[in-house]
Amino acid sequence: MSAEPRDDTQGPRSWTGSLRRLIERDLPIEHLLPDREPAYVGSWVYVFGVVTIAALILTIASGVVLAFFGPQWWHVSPQGHFFNSLHFWSVQMFFVFMVLHLWGQYFGQGWRDGRATTWMVGVVVFLVSIVTAFTGYLSQQNFDSQWIAVNAKDAINATGAGAFFNVLNFGQMYGLHVMLFPILIVFLVGLHVVQVRLRGVVKPPAEERP
Amino acid sequence: MKRRQIDQGTYYRGVPTSPYDLVKEITLALGVLLVVVLVLSAVLSSPDVPPVTIQSWAKSAPLDFLQTATAELQGSTISADYGPPYNIDADGLDPSDTGASVQTWGPLAPQLWAGVHQPINPPETDVIAPLRLASVGRPGLGAALVQYQAAGTVQEQTWLTNYQKALTKATTNGPLVRVPAGAYGPVNVMMQALLADGRAGALDSLLLHSGRFYVTDYTKPLLFLADGGYFPGLAQSQKLTGSQWGMMNETGRYPGQAWLWLYTLWYQIPPYSTAQNADLLVVLTMGLLTTLLLLVPFIPGLRDLPRWLGLHRLVWREHYRLEREARRLGGGGGGSTAR
Repeated sequence: MSAEPRDDTQGPRSWTGSLRRLIERDLPIEHLLPDREPAYVGSWVYVFGVVTIAALILTIASGVVLAFFGPQWWHVSPQGHFFNSLHFWSVQMFFVFMVLHLWGQYFGQGWRDGRATTWMVGVVVFLVSIVTAFTGYLSQQNFDSQWIAVNAKDAINATGAGAFFNVLNFGQMYGLHVMLFPILIVFLVGLHVVQVRLRGVVKPPAEERP
Repeated sequence: MKRRQIDQGTYYRGVPTSPYDLVKEITLALGVLLVVVLVLSAVLSSPDVPPVTIQSWAKSAPLDFLQTATAELQGSTISADYGPPYNIDADGLDPSDTGASVQTWGPLAPQLWAGVHQPINPPETDVIAPLRLASVGRPGLGAALVQYQAAGTVQEQTWLTNYQKALTKATTNGPLVRVPAGAYGPVNVMMQALLADGRAGALDSLLLHSGRFYVTDYTKPLLFLADGGYFPGLAQSQKLTGSQWGMMNETGRYPGQAWLWLYTLWYQIPPYSTAQNADLLVVLTMGLLTTLLLLVPFIPGLRDLPRWLGLHRLVWREHYRLEREARRLGGGGGGSTAR
């Protein structure tokens, strides 16, 4: 005789149930999409992070078009060149606002009250973005990418990484640039945003009284 | 393990709130930024200086091309003695040479750890192998190659030394180079054939020849180009060399990888600017600084600096004004944290 079928997702040891309860407890929808925030969030310093995400969206959108038509398209097509320009300036904007966001968080000591890992994931996003942009410069298939490749190889080879990360190999750099690194950045930015929503925006430091 | 995190309700108790539209904010940011990027793209465009080819090199600077190719045969170029991941003693002339240009830091030589992964033997890779492929149907070139490879190393080096000297007295006529007669055996025939193939554009393909149809690895032609004087000369004119902060520059008057400014800075100042192992030193320095940046929340001094500088008082001046007001009126001031 078989026992009554058990709803495993409701069981105390169910991974799915545990994850759902964790999300319901720590990241309810009103935390993920809040319509009220502490009044101090009205400061301009909070705009930098949002604009960085907007620039990332534009970078990915223009990059998808460039990737769709292939790495040589933008050298021979005015439309392609325009999309390359969109990609180029989106990347510049992305870095400008990401660095402003980073400095804003540094001077606001955004890691306080249990937010150290949020800071650390943000720094990792910055580092992965640098490598992603670097592989993008190597994928341009023009003089700049040639020169960057032959110079950058010395630093990378000096660390031993050149054996596996060959900046002179266009195929490897292009593949990493259009696939692996963007996925990594989107995942890390998503994690960073969830961390912020999970704990909320940190309070300003207490004013030191004389 | 006890959860240390407090819920948002507790954390924000007593903190005044105001309406906030996250979706509207990011939509507006996206719209404004799109306009900015569209305008920048339409007005300023983006850089795209065509790449250097072996053909453009052979046509524009044939003498430099011949001097570089001869040096590749001699095994005296940078790539010949580069070390891993390209070679160990590529020139084969010095059995004790295990990569003269390998960068080390004390006993550490990470460049050697992974060994050779993209084998480059410049005499064979850049000259002999392409000429062997090109010699089909060219009996004169085939015979020259046979004669060269049948000669011993000493004889080859004698020919090459003589030829390198002769090149200093060579005359050029457009893409053609006239070398005075001398004792260099078959070397002039080989080099003139290489130059002709370079001019024709055939050498661009011959250097990439792998026996497979599709090719995406440009290690061989890029290392060959980098060994010459023409390619770096063009970079110099575009302000792209290391001493010109080139790592963060872009061709033309466009912003480059400005975020590499600190990385580039080290190459401009001693001891990095004069060190034989500058690349390794800069990478190690940046690795240390990056680790510090990552661990700022845990490093006394670094984490306290912003509090001492007090820029946050400017950022949240309205918040602090309201807090002072609330305190003056005897209310709470729960909107800040101790550190």
